[in-house]
Amino acid sequence: MIDIIISHYNYWVVIMLMMAGFYTVISRGNLIKKITGINIFQTSVFLMYISIGYVSEGTPPIIAEGFTKYSNPLPHVMILTAIVVGVSTTALGLALVVRIKEAYGTIEEDEIHDQDMSL
Amino acid sequence: MIEQNFSLLLVVIPLIAAPVVAMLPNGRLPWLLVLVVTWLCLALASWQLSVVSDGDIISYELGGWAPPWGIEYRIDAMNAFVALMVSGIAAITVPYALRSVEKEIPRQQISLFYSAFLLCLVGLLGVAQTGDVFNLFVFLEISSLSSYILIAMGRERRALTAAYQYLVMGTIGATFLLIGIGLLYAETGTLNMLDLHQRLEPIIDHRTVHTGFAFIIVGIALKLALFPLHLWVPNAYKYAPSAISVFLAATATKVAVYIMLRMVFTVFSSDFVRTTPTHLIFLMLGIFGVVFASIIAIFQTDAKRLLAYSSVAQVSYMVLGMGLASALGVTATLIHMFNHALMKGALFMAIGAMVYRVGISRLEELNGLGRQMPWTFAAFFIAGLSLIGVPGTAGFISKWYLVLAALEQQSWFIALVIILGSLLSVVYLWKVVEVLWFYPATESGLSVKEAPVSLLVPMWALIFANIYFGINTELTVNVADTAVKLLGIPPYHE
Amino acid sequence: MSDQQLLLLAVFLPFAGAIGMLLCGRWPNLRESITLLTAAAVCSIVFTLYNHLSDGAQIAVNIAEPLPGLVIGFDVEPLGMLFALVASVLWLITSIYSIGYMREHHEQNQTRFYAMFAIAIGCTLGVAFAGNLLSLFLWYEILTIATYPLVAHAGTDEARRGARTYIGILLGTSIGLQLLAILITYTVTGTLDFREGGILAGKLDPAWAGLLFALFIFGIGKAAVMPFHRWLPAAMVAPTPVSALLHAVAVVKAGVFTVLKVTIYIFGTDFITRSGASDWLIWFAGGTILLASIIAMTQDNLKLRLAYSTISQLSYIVLGALLATHTSLLGGALHISMHAFAKITLFFAAGAILVAANKSNISEMGGLGRAMPITFTAFLVASLSIIGLPPFGGMWSKWYLGMGAVETGQFLLLTVLLVSSLLNIVYLLPVPVRGFFGQSSDGKTYTQIKEAPVSCLFAMMLTSLACLLLFFYPDPFYALAFDAAGGS
Repeated sequence: MIDIIISHYNYWVVIMLMMAGFYTVISRGNLIKKITGINIFQTSVFLMYISIGYVSEGTPPIIAEGFTKYSNPLPHVMILTAIVVGVSTTALGLALVVRIKEAYGTIEEDEIHDQDMSL
Repeated sequence: MIEQNFSLLLVVIPLIAAPVVAMLPNGRLPWLLVLVVTWLCLALASWQLSVVSDGDIISYELGGWAPPWGIEYRIDAMNAFVALMVSGIAAITVPYALRSVEKEIPRQQISLFYSAFLLCLVGLLGVAQTGDVFNLFVFLEISSLSSYILIAMGRERRALTAAYQYLVMGTIGATFLLIGIGLLYAETGTLNMLDLHQRLEPIIDHRTVHTGFAFIIVGIALKLALFPLHLWVPNAYKYAPSAISVFLAATATKVAVYIMLRMVFTVFSSDFVRTTPTHLIFLMLGIFGVVFASIIAIFQTDAKRLLAYSSVAQVSYMVLGMGLASALGVTATLIHMFNHALMKGALFMAIGAMVYRVGISRLEELNGLGRQMPWTFAAFFIAGLSLIGVPGTAGFISKWYLVLAALEQQSWFIALVIILGSLLSVVYLWKVVEVLWFYPATESGLSVKEAPVSLLVPMWALIFANIYFGINTELTVNVADTAVKLLGIPPYHE
Repeated sequence: MSDQQLLLLAVFLPFAGAIGMLLCGRWPNLRESITLLTAAAVCSIVFTLYNHLSDGAQIAVNIAEPLPGLVIGFDVEPLGMLFALVASVLWLITSIYSIGYMREHHEQNQTRFYAMFAIAIGCTLGVAFAGNLLSLFLWYEILTIATYPLVAHAGTDEARRGARTYIGILLGTSIGLQLLAILITYTVTGTLDFREGGILAGKLDPAWAGLLFALFIFGIGKAAVMPFHRWLPAAMVAPTPVSALLHAVAVVKAGVFTVLKVTIYIFGTDFITRSGASDWLIWFAGGTILLASIIAMTQDNLKLRLAYSTISQLSYIVLGALLATHTSLLGGALHISMHAFAKITLFFAAGAILVAANKSNISEMGGLGRAMPITFTAFLVASLSIIGLPPFGGMWSKWYLGMGAVETGQFLLLTVLLVSSLLNIVYLLPVPVRGFFGQSSDGKTYTQIKEAPVSCLFAMMLTSLACLLLFFYPDPFYALAFDAAGGS
């Protein structure tokens, strides 16, 4: 029983990262920290995909002499695409934060909220 | 054969045009290219619909790789319907955008704006055409990212925070969708929608599959602005540039409804919906959404926010149709998807025309504008009647089917909720009508002239569409019927 | 020109006329001529159709099929013909009246008024000639929307509030109750056609018939059955020609017409009597008759008094429908025409008094009859018709309604009818009596006040003459009502 739990340690990491990231997004008021939280959240998803793509006793999916068992390349491909999406989102988010800082003078959510309400 | 290429061209042409537009000098040229591209897309989408409307399927393998290994574009009646809707709204919005964008976007950003617009169109059309779930995720994110940009280009600084909030919520939604897809892939090993359906059947009771399903539903619900995950909508629609409010309100959430339909009924099945609590969740959230969003709309002091909450309520109608999980119910959802795009597009165009003249959309600033801008007001009025569901308009057809679907299943409560929603929409629409017509104009308002022709013509084109599709429903009803049959949803029987 | 083209022309010519009026807004005389020409044309078309109908022609035409199996179309039958005749004749007469009234009163936005008026009449004819319940509902709703600008014409705060009540109650009842009833009918029977003997017999469990019938009766808010009656007095903020034609004739008659159509052609009289669907609804109708009469007595404002009188009279017709015998239906249908001519005269007089003497409260109208004899005589004639005394047309409809109550053994209702007639005397007769024989409230005699404008007087005299003539020659209305009632 215990060894089943320990052998699935990567999934436990996935869950912890997912929760950490999600919590950061919700609880932190700093805009950049929110984006970081999203990044952590997405990273956990990448880990999950790669974990499910692993074929036991498989090698990395590059054709080579003498190897017949390869890990599944498709999740790797999906993750690369998802990483790209994640990077674009982060870049866009950070660009927005820069513009918000220019417009509001702060990147704390509650201060921005106060500024908006006081108009 | 050539048909299949056309279906791909629908996505590729705007994709190639986007960077070209970004490189054009600012001025009218970007707009012109975008106009040509969107009208071309409309032509392709109409042609596509005419091919599949009686039940045929177009199948295109990207790169020549056969499914399920390769990505497949699989067009049936429902895809073509959504593609027609998206390209139609885009084609109508671009003429509208000429003057509206010139006023609201700084000149040096115009070509970038149109480039982002084309990217958004690419994303939405890609979602509509694809038959592969991961491809769907990618295109969804393309459209979302470009809509964050487009919203952030609004005039006020709150547009930035609105875009940021949408970004955070939208990305979480998309990531949930990704998790769900991952779990399904882990169980079946395929990403092709039809293949997934076949491979899921024997293992449909696995907990992983249910978890994947739940993640997918929540993820899409965020994109769909299903109550209570709708918080990004009011600000996003309000602070976006007027042309973008029109475009997004009429397409973004509807495409998310389409994704929900695809995932729930094609990948899974209507049996799954009925045997799990899914239909109850849809029904409950739909009911809450209709009632609460309509009530909140009544108390809004800003015209665009009011319409945004109205959109949330209307989307909840569509979810109600899904929750009824019968042929008539999903037909109602599809018809309402199309009709609502027409209605909301026209409403936002009318408000946008007023914003073009006065600069603000707060109700107090719009006092008496109806008398200064009679054509715009008449357009708003008729589109409003369509939203309420007065016979002779497209909105009546949707309401008819929805209530009929509820009555078919003896769900009196749901029928009453739908009718209550109509009554509540009378209240909040009449509030705007009264402000526009009866209240004395503000000083600055008195000098306002009617909106320019380039804003009026697309508006009235949508109004005519509303009335046309309220009287001649051949297109909408037939296509919806075919789509429902292909989704494999049986008519209701006890 | 074929019958079907005539039918389409009858409904759509007013809309074309409205466009013409909007275009000619800058030339008032041209605009007024267009109004009169269109009204006269529609009147003659409707009469032609009537002649063809009485020769036995079947006139029907479909224009669209928005929902599979359900068409939007027109079909001429006796009850609809009666309503169309009333509406088209009175449109012509009201147009004559309006010209005098609007000009004398220096009303604003006259073009909008005439155009929306024409559209409203077009919708009324659409209701009259509707071929199935869906078409009727379509024109019914468009009528509500089209009359909203007319009610809110003045643009004041008071007008806005009145118009809000108007649209709130009418749309609320039509979407909340009537649409639900229509959908339930469609779900149960699979059709919305009007058929002799009704479409529900055998399809609907009689226990639910009462509930469905109630949904219809209350959902048809234009029939002003209490408690959904408040829109009528609220709509009195409109200019008097609007109140006259729309709220004494077109809008309210569209309501009771729909009630009659639903009773005869959707439910069928047999089904109603067998299932007892209307047993408890009769009390609402009877209550409305009495209560509205009592409230009318307390109103000092003439238009409001007439409004409550209309509510009471409408419930006579609703009662005729609910009793569902040949005689009561005959009385109800006949009352559509009799009440229309009489009530419109009363409103014409009220408008004339407003325009010529600037008075709207009855307490201030003492002695005014001596200065405006024609107006007050018309008022007297019309009042007697409403009360139901010979030799005026109103007597026939009250007679048949009373007979219907006797036939069904509803003697309490007969008492209600008789008491209400007495109350009619109490709240209507004092106006002309005090006008002729009373003293003015400030003791002065009226030397400055002259009679109303000529076109107003002409219109009033025509309609009051009609009240008299209809006693002696109740055809074509009697024949049409008989067919409509007997056909069930």
